[in-house]
Amino acid sequence: MPELGRAALVVCLGLSLYALIVGSLAAKLGRRRLALSAANALLAAFGAAGIASLLLFAAFVRDDFGFVYVADHSSRALPMAYKVSAFWGGQEGSLLLWLLMLTGFSAAVVWWNRRRSATREVVAWAVPVLGLVAVFFSLVLVAVASPFVMQAAPADGAGLNPSLQNPYMLAHPLFLYVGYVGLTVPFAFAMGALLSRRTDEGWVVATRRWTLAAWASLGFGQLLGAHWAYVEVGWGGYYAWDPVENAALMPWLAATAYLHSVMVQEKRGMLRVWNMLLVILAFSLSLFGTFLTRSGILSSIHSFTEGPLGGWFIGFIVLVTLGSLGLVLYRLPLLRARTRLESALSREAAFLYNNLLLVALCLTILWGVLWPILSELVRGEASAVRGPYYNFFLRTFGLPLLVLMGIGPLIAWRRSSLRSLLQTFLWPATVALAAGIALLVLGAGSSRLGLVAYTFAAFVLASIGLEFVAGTRARHALSGGSWPGALSSLIGRNRRRYGGYVVHAAVVLLAIGVAGSSLYDTTREATLRPGESLAVGQYRLLYRGSTERQNGNATELRAVVDVERDGESLGRLQPGKNAYPIPGRADTEVSTEAAIRSDWLTGEDLFLIAERIGAGPGDAVELKVLVNPLVNLIWLAGFVFVAGSLVTLWPDARARRRLAARYGELAPAEA
Amino acid sequence: MLGAIFALACVLVVAWPFLRDPGPTDDRLLELGSPERRRLELAAARDRALADVRELEFDHRTGKVSDEDYRAQIGPLRRRAAEALRALESPRRPARPTESENLVRFK
Repeated sequence: MPELGRAALVVCLGLSLYALIVGSLAAKLGRRRLALSAANALLAAFGAAGIASLLLFAAFVRDDFGFVYVADHSSRALPMAYKVSAFWGGQEGSLLLWLLMLTGFSAAVVWWNRRRSATREVVAWAVPVLGLVAVFFSLVLVAVASPFVMQAAPADGAGLNPSLQNPYMLAHPLFLYVGYVGLTVPFAFAMGALLSRRTDEGWVVATRRWTLAAWASLGFGQLLGAHWAYVEVGWGGYYAWDPVENAALMPWLAATAYLHSVMVQEKRGMLRVWNMLLVILAFSLSLFGTFLTRSGILSSIHSFTEGPLGGWFIGFIVLVTLGSLGLVLYRLPLLRARTRLESALSREAAFLYNNLLLVALCLTILWGVLWPILSELVRGEASAVRGPYYNFFLRTFGLPLLVLMGIGPLIAWRRSSLRSLLQTFLWPATVALAAGIALLVLGAGSSRLGLVAYTFAAFVLASIGLEFVAGTRARHALSGGSWPGALSSLIGRNRRRYGGYVVHAAVVLLAIGVAGSSLYDTTREATLRPGESLAVGQYRLLYRGSTERQNGNATELRAVVDVERDGESLGRLQPGKNAYPIPGRADTEVSTEAAIRSDWLTGEDLFLIAERIGAGPGDAVELKVLVNPLVNLIWLAGFVFVAGSLVTLWPDARARRRLAARYGELAPAEA
Repeated sequence: MLGAIFALACVLVVAWPFLRDPGPTDDRLLELGSPERRRLELAAARDRALADVRELEFDHRTGKVSDEDYRAQIGPLRRRAAEALRALESPRRPARPTESENLVRFK
């Protein structure tokens, strides 16, 4: 079986090389069958990566500890669901997952475009670019990090890191990887457009949904990761500016900028060079993110593995970045804008400001991530960049971005007069002002930053509401019918715009949640003996004692705490520790298990962490208590984000008909 | 054995375009010639121009664009749409305004 796995990876490497070399030749010589053959090699490479993945998966399910990778990341007692997630719990498996998804995406995009003559030349060049990326990953899996290395099978495996034994770990890495890998598609098409000299909007339209899907998946994956950190890591927060968290955020920010500026290209034929640069940035950062996670270059909670991959990844990232930038430079004359910016008060100008802020935020985060490496290189001593650095830039760029989300939708394309802008802004600005005054009266002034963030959030929500109301009224006036029908027609006629507004609403909810939980939170620490109580805000906590029980492969030690709010019992919370046995050793691996009580009506969480629990009767517990207001809006934002993304991604029958009609018109012209 | 079958299947998939079509009359990658491509570009320009007109009219209706801004912008946009239509239809009806142009003008 391992031989077959190794052979499948070698075959995948061969097929990817074929797609790269023969695909380049076919595109250069303009040979149809050769180009189809290269595209088919990508389909077959997906099959080969699928077989390798199935074999590794089977080894996990059968507890085949003859596989070094399986023995290092699984054990007999590990529940079946986590044996599945152990597949991508380490370096070799996650790289195989990358390859599987990459070849899957490549096969799908090639299949999807097989009959589209408009993008045929671009696809012909995109195939070797996709092949190049697949060559890199399959070569790494064959030569450096094979998951099919064998050993004399031990009686049991080392097990999976306890932090990864969480339902979120079944989905979070998959969504992130779909996002990372999906960004290869716009990159390959952008390079295909440059290589084929077809730099019109064809490649943008052909990859729009792929990019959106990758971006949505990366965004949702990060929210899942944040929730995992919140409920599993047990420090009371959800985002710690960890390098690997940042590694997923950076390509998402670059892709967000691209998704906005590409609308300017489609609409006005502007920002063509900028869009190319954003696609390159997003893809390079997705490679960089994989490198950070897998090379172990930065110590972080996510870097569970270390290996010799650094040089390979750095070499490939440099090759891809410099090669693609060189190509943009070479094709610069083809990327001239069709039109110019007419006014600083226009939708396209708002998109430009939004892009500058997003890219500035992305690059400052990149600088923070790189700083420990650079400082070690220069001074011989690594110095980490901490939260305050990132928080400062998040405030500096994030608040203007928030306001722009409200301003952008209200400005028309090309130009708007100041008078009409003031008229349009009157209603959202009034709502924002009223909200700000009301919040000040209610006591939100304890944090000036929070008050500003909430006021801006109210402005954005009001402008989104105004867009839906005014649009529905106009649609109703135009076509009559029912009001829900008018709303449905409004969204159906421009899914990208109105789906985008729903995504904006999700970002506003996220901003409110982040501001509430980080600027208005309360933290208390105390040591309590059984029978003693602690008051935190409106809550009163009474420590009853500790319990211990066996659950699956974990020994669970819990502190039993009764909770009251304003004299009313809210039930019992049991924060504690889980001890996981390490096969072949006497000691255990311990994880912190926080206890959370969520109030979905107010969005507030009571978050308990038992720092230390005495197991004996009468022993004390060191308790940390956090009250996180509005934190649940962050998770609610995840659902709204998915809903908005789905609206945007939903196939547009009108656009399809328009495209079909455009091609249908060719016939009479030829006659 | 399984490996050999899989390798053979891969060879078949890769060679399939040549096996299915061993002696093609035309093996060029491009199906569209320059005139067809030009027509497609013109059709895309027409669709973009018409969409711009529709969008401006809708924005005017929702109050996002004032009467003054609307009057200043709609003329050039309609002219551009008409030019795109004329360019697309010129081989057939070069001289007089077409039905679609009238549609743009009086919508």
